[in-house]
Amino acid sequence: MSAILAASGTFEVPTIEYAALAPILIVFGAAVISVLLEAFLPQQHRRPVQLTLTFGTLVAAFAFVVIERGTRAVVAEGSVAVDGPTLFMQGTILVLAFIAALVMAEREVDPAGDAFAPRASALPGSEEEQEFTRLGWFQTEVWPLFLFSVGGMLLFPASTDLLTMFVALEVLSLPLYILAGMARRRRLLSQEASLKYFVLGAFSSAFFLYGMALLYGFAGTVSLKGIADALTANAGESGLVVAGTALLMVGLLFKIGAAPFHQWTPDVYQGSPTSITGFMAACTKVAAFGALLRVMYVALGGIRWDWRPVMYVIAGLTMIVGTIFALTQTDIKRMLAYSSIAQAGFMLVGVLATNAAGLKGTMVYLLAYGIATIGAFAVVTLVRDSTGEATHLSSWAGLGKKSPLVASAFALFLLAFAGIPLTSGFTGKFAVFTAGIAGGATAVVIIGVVASAVAAFFYIRVIVLMFFNEPPADGGASVVVPSSFTTFAITITVALTLVIGVLPQLVLQLVDQAGVFVR
Amino acid sequence: MTFNWLLVLFLAPIVGAVVVMLLPQGNPTLAKQVGIGFSLLTFLITIAAALKFDAALAADFQLGFSYSWIPSFGVNFAMGLDGIALVLVALSTSLVPIVLLAGWDDADGARGSVKGYVALILVLEAAMIGVFAATDVFLFYVFFEAMLVPVYFLIGRYGGQRRNYAAVKFLLYSLFGGLLMLASLIGLYVVSVEQLGTGTFDFTALAGLTIDPDTQKWLFVGFFVAFAIKAPLVPFHTWLPDAAAESTPGTAVLLVGVLDKVGTFGMLRYCLELFPEASTWATPLVIALAVIGIIYGALLAIGQQDIKRLIAYTSVSHFGFIALGIFVMTSRGQSGSALYMVNHGFSTAALFLIGGFLISRRGSRLIDDFGGVQKVAPVLAGMFLVAGLSSLALPGTSSFVSEFLVLQGTFERYPWIGVIATLGIVLAALYILLMYQRTMTGPTPEVVREKVVDLRGREVLAIAPLLVVIIALGFYPKPVLDVINPAVDRVMIAVGATDPAPQVAPVAEGTQP
Repeated sequence: MSAILAASGTFEVPTIEYAALAPILIVFGAAVISVLLEAFLPQQHRRPVQLTLTFGTLVAAFAFVVIERGTRAVVAEGSVAVDGPTLFMQGTILVLAFIAALVMAEREVDPAGDAFAPRASALPGSEEEQEFTRLGWFQTEVWPLFLFSVGGMLLFPASTDLLTMFVALEVLSLPLYILAGMARRRRLLSQEASLKYFVLGAFSSAFFLYGMALLYGFAGTVSLKGIADALTANAGESGLVVAGTALLMVGLLFKIGAAPFHQWTPDVYQGSPTSITGFMAACTKVAAFGALLRVMYVALGGIRWDWRPVMYVIAGLTMIVGTIFALTQTDIKRMLAYSSIAQAGFMLVGVLATNAAGLKGTMVYLLAYGIATIGAFAVVTLVRDSTGEATHLSSWAGLGKKSPLVASAFALFLLAFAGIPLTSGFTGKFAVFTAGIAGGATAVVIIGVVASAVAAFFYIRVIVLMFFNEPPADGGASVVVPSSFTTFAITITVALTLVIGVLPQLVLQLVDQAGVFVR
Repeated sequence: MTFNWLLVLFLAPIVGAVVVMLLPQGNPTLAKQVGIGFSLLTFLITIAAALKFDAALAADFQLGFSYSWIPSFGVNFAMGLDGIALVLVALSTSLVPIVLLAGWDDADGARGSVKGYVALILVLEAAMIGVFAATDVFLFYVFFEAMLVPVYFLIGRYGGQRRNYAAVKFLLYSLFGGLLMLASLIGLYVVSVEQLGTGTFDFTALAGLTIDPDTQKWLFVGFFVAFAIKAPLVPFHTWLPDAAAESTPGTAVLLVGVLDKVGTFGMLRYCLELFPEASTWATPLVIALAVIGIIYGALLAIGQQDIKRLIAYTSVSHFGFIALGIFVMTSRGQSGSALYMVNHGFSTAALFLIGGFLISRRGSRLIDDFGGVQKVAPVLAGMFLVAGLSSLALPGTSSFVSEFLVLQGTFERYPWIGVIATLGIVLAALYILLMYQRTMTGPTPEVVREKVVDLRGREVLAIAPLLVVIIALGFYPKPVLDVINPAVDRVMIAVGATDPAPQVAPVAEGTQP
């Protein structure tokens, strides 16, 4: 032992700033404990313990985010940045994850139990599966998976080197692949979603890895700051950089769901258990945008004139593809999936602005979008008929008459997506569009505005369907009264959507204080 | 601190709406009474505010206030009234009680509840006050969009057969225009950041910017299209007949009489003052659209079978006049347009409400289903005639003054346009008198004799004030013009336009000048 140490010189103990890393560490620690609980706790005790652990962890991690709010430092030997944007995104992810967990914990909506298959490994439709369902088995493995995923999401936007970022990407993605395949109903669709997500996700991870390798080849380091310095030093050499940047962007844009890397979104969103769809649509997007912003602003800010034109095209395409395809959807989850693609396009306007306002605008947008998205999917879990969730649009007709409160909440989320003033979506859109014009991306903003107008059409169409159309002949879907978990989730998302719309200064001030990335 | 009349004026209908919603479900009459009470209170506050208003300084924003709302975006909750805004606010608050009174039974048996109807009207009233009074462009935009929601539900829940189609068409047209305006609004904000250092939405500050002409054109287009859809000008008008025909008469009054004025008000206040060069640049196109609207709207009105659609198309023609008056860039034209907005509000209100009485009695909107009404319902017919004559701008009615001013302002600068526009008056006589002839005169069919009874006391009470105002302003428009003119002069200065010198025919030889 001492010989090895002597051969390599002195061994330096890495400094780990535990306080600054606390949110991430708490969540990962809890995830490990959660796995152990699954292993050793008897079945009937697992749920209360897992729920307490999960919600407690999220609250504790959030408390540390608040405590660390003034920190601006690169920690953990230069691999994690704890700065304003990191903390804002971590806070956003934790809040959104908390609300998503509420929806996941719901057990009163489905007569058979919760939204997850009693044993995900049982063949769909097999006798074994029916036996599990008949026995009323539940599984609580979703909670460790959920916590690992949240941990990865917290690390992803904070990573200051590409390797850490890649690890975070995998940690956040792998549990999601499994969670996507765990739906209790329509299991084949769910497993198909899981497989698609996994294969395409793995593919995009490979792109990310290749991009990282090429950038390493250019800069001799994977640290974002190192890449930025190398770009300043060797302004001329561009082959490796351009190829590496392009591949890296593919990997990140895949997670964001930007066109043309969006193909997985509708299938995965539709097939996954709806509570998981809400979680991944909201939280993954926040984490991935955080990482994208950091890579683009910190590492590749020096060559923004090279990647901005590409981003213009991608942003424009994403908005157009999202809105046009959303127009033709007849399934509510697929429509929300395409709408989230369009929303990603709007947020990209903030990214390509490459100014402080763009960063802030994107952060506000992410918060607003995430809250409305989880709320919208939470409402989807409640609208059911005899076969489970009624996701076909036609069965939503006349819902406003049957359940005016739930329908109004959904209408509010749709209006927020459409960016109508006095809802949170407007604040977000205004912030990114202003930043976009200030950043010289007027053409993209004009596309964005036109896309918003088109998008408004399909949002409004659902509102019209709910409030002004008669229910279909077979009665259509009806709203199931949930337990206080989902009720609380929907209430809080409605309230936040309104507050961020009417009094946006509260959030804008937070974003202003968050400042910019540390290098 | 002085009493904040304007804020109270804005809040009164909101409080009213909340109170109405809190009333017990089973008592629609109480909801209507409380609604009318609050709308009358709002009207009284308007009068009190108008008394505080100094007509000599009508070019300035008076009774104003400003509270910081979103400092990060430079947005203030700021309101103030200049002369034009004052008369339009007064128009709004005076029409609401009339609409509630006249439409006493409109919401009975509809899909939505009666108290919902009353509350929506009151919310709409607050939004209308807000949109005219806002002195922060962002706030203006918020009200501009927020107005859509109550109107959408008023049409969609309380309207006629094709209400869904009409409500959605209205919403999408307006939303599309609104989003274009949003793009320009953001552009304007960015310009203010560049020029002032910090971004602002304060109207006076923005009007003081010197914007590069090319940028101005882009920004102008966004605002103008939004206003042209709202007003509406041909070719953006197709939503109006549907929306007006499918809504209840009361909603139609507020929609055509007041809401659409936001479009022309916006052109005068925002397009001209914020983007003077671009407005001058766009003048030929706008005048062409306006003249086409005058003639085309009138021709379509002549061809209508449906009474409400007919009235809607007459408004398309009248909005052509208003837009023409604004963009000929003469003070007489613009004063005429501002006055026209008020007069058109009253005369259209009378037409829609009496038309509504007629339609609800007979159960049909088609002109051919009527005839000889004046024999069975002379008061109704008489009032309809007065309202119609006002709509065709007969001298002695208020519309005459404004239409004359608009045409005079047009002649001063573009004599030939004036000649063409005058044809609109002739056509107006045709569509109004033809409608009157076909519905009110001639033999009375049996169905009409059975169903159409004369106006009840409540209905007369609702219509009479409108006719009084129409006649009064026809003979003595001075009080309104006195507050409008200074504000128009401010616009003229902003645009850099001066009235052309009057031309006198050369003196014939051999005479003493």
